[in-house]
Amino acid sequence: MKGNVIKYDRDNIDTDVIIPGQYLKVHDYAELATHAMEGLDPDFHSKVKEGDFILSGKNFGSGSSREHAPIALSHSGVKAILALSFARIFYRNSVDGAFLLPIEIGQDAYDGISDGDELDIDISTNEIKNLTKNESYKMKPFSEIIGKIIEAGGLFKYKPELD
Amino acid sequence: MNIVEKILARASGKSSVAPDDVVFADVDKVMMHDVSGPGVLKVFDKLKKQGIAVDKLWDPTKVWVAEDHFVPSADKLSAENIVKLSNFTKNYGIEKHFKYGMGQYGICHTLSHEQAMVMPGDVYVGGDSHTNTTGALGAFAVGLGHTDIAYVLLNGNIWFKVPETYYFKLNGKLPDHVMAKDLILKIIGEIGNDGGAYRTMQFGGSGIDDMSVESRLTLCNMTTEAGAKNGIVEPDQKVVDYLSSKGATNFNIVNGDADAEYAKVFEFESSEMEPIIAKPFSPDNTCVVSEAPSVELDKSYIGSCTGAKYEDLEAAAKVLKGRKVKIRTEILPAAISIYQRAMENGLLKIFLDAGVTVGPPTCGACCGAHMGVLAKDEICISTTNRNFPGRMGHVESQTYLSSPMVAAASAVTGKITDPRDLI
Repeated sequence: MKGNVIKYDRDNIDTDVIIPGQYLKVHDYAELATHAMEGLDPDFHSKVKEGDFILSGKNFGSGSSREHAPIALSHSGVKAILALSFARIFYRNSVDGAFLLPIEIGQDAYDGISDGDELDIDISTNEIKNLTKNESYKMKPFSEIIGKIIEAGGLFKYKPELD
Repeated sequence: MNIVEKILARASGKSSVAPDDVVFADVDKVMMHDVSGPGVLKVFDKLKKQGIAVDKLWDPTKVWVAEDHFVPSADKLSAENIVKLSNFTKNYGIEKHFKYGMGQYGICHTLSHEQAMVMPGDVYVGGDSHTNTTGALGAFAVGLGHTDIAYVLLNGNIWFKVPETYYFKLNGKLPDHVMAKDLILKIIGEIGNDGGAYRTMQFGGSGIDDMSVESRLTLCNMTTEAGAKNGIVEPDQKVVDYLSSKGATNFNIVNGDADAEYAKVFEFESSEMEPIIAKPFSPDNTCVVSEAPSVELDKSYIGSCTGAKYEDLEAAAKVLKGRKVKIRTEILPAAISIYQRAMENGLLKIFLDAGVTVGPPTCGACCGAHMGVLAKDEICISTTNRNFPGRMGHVESQTYLSSPMVAAASAVTGKITDPRDLI
């Protein structure tokens, strides 16, 4: 999976800046996309391209349970968020709804990757290649259940082997 | 096992579970509101296109619905969402739909306890991050997104990773003028806004035993602001009495075992507690009121599931009685049942005499929806739970989070004020 990085060099990007509360009444996915990241970066909608990745610090997606947040990012074209850590509901919504991949990275990747870098991410080997800088980093592997839900294509396609 | 492990073991049909186990737990109650309900409908539309049947819910009697974020309808779009929600509950046979303008209604988390919708020992999920609130009744109460709620509505269960538990022990009774809100802000300030991430935050100790159920609800509500999966208090006689007073008597209390294990224990001394605020732009950006910055406030907002329960209004009334507000002040009781008691007991008169605007139950400006949102550069003190950039309106507005007593005292002076300086 190849794409370019939009880097926000900060922690705690919360759901209120990803999609402000006034848009919670909106359920049209394309319209939500036009307001993605509006609380932090009003230019986001004009600069984001299909297949892009967002890179950010710790606690990405903190705050509300609004599924509007991963929906707005996913329908903007974002395929993955790379962050030092994630808030739990955002993480779960991203995976269960199959909107985008929440990828936990280490400090080396966070420091090494710059805005605009092109990456090639392989979740089967947990490897992130920085094609721009010719570096590579390891992502934190998905837990077993998360890996299975991603592989299935979302919670509704996942068939748990009940014991 | 601790209380959460016992509830999850019971709900997943296992004799025991431990942190990091993944379980599919049977759900006892599920809640949607005017934001998550239409969101779930969108998921149903998507599923239909994929050939997944969505014509029947697993058990409509276990589902209940609130109208709170954009009510009374803020504009055409929110009015249409209310119509969608009403059609949804009608078509799927959901009888417990609390409609505004038709008797009891209010903020979903407030209805969960005011209307006794959730019982001790329940696995309760809601399409809202502050579903954690209801853990104060001894339930495993967790917020989920639209896809997960849709999954629960159709299947009756959902996956959870069993969380490890942080135990917060409060020693001694909180002093007068210090409220549960001050304690939870202090905790979030110490552990940080991801300090409870993926974990249970459990509260106990003599200070919690002493607390009312409503105060415990405030604590559990804001575990969300520390990133927690859920908050919980072991149910005691106070919970039993509280629920009985709401007409609920048939429930199965679950308590942790004597040898329950906790990943970490934090201790707080009530005698050392003071009124606390969280400065913009994060609930963990805390300081004691005596060290608050000297800002000119534009507004005081006493509302939300966190800060407009009956005892919150009572606390505000204690401060506002016989005084006048100096800045715009709104009080929005969190449910009609609370509004009614506030009327019967003379609180509304105190508020109106003080110059306050009293509004209807709604999430309103807490989430920047309507009913008093903030303009650019406006500064507000608020009993709500979040103060991220733009949370209550313009992205360059500012919100200070406080207890109802501090918000009321600040309304009187126009500056962030310790209630002890007024009473």
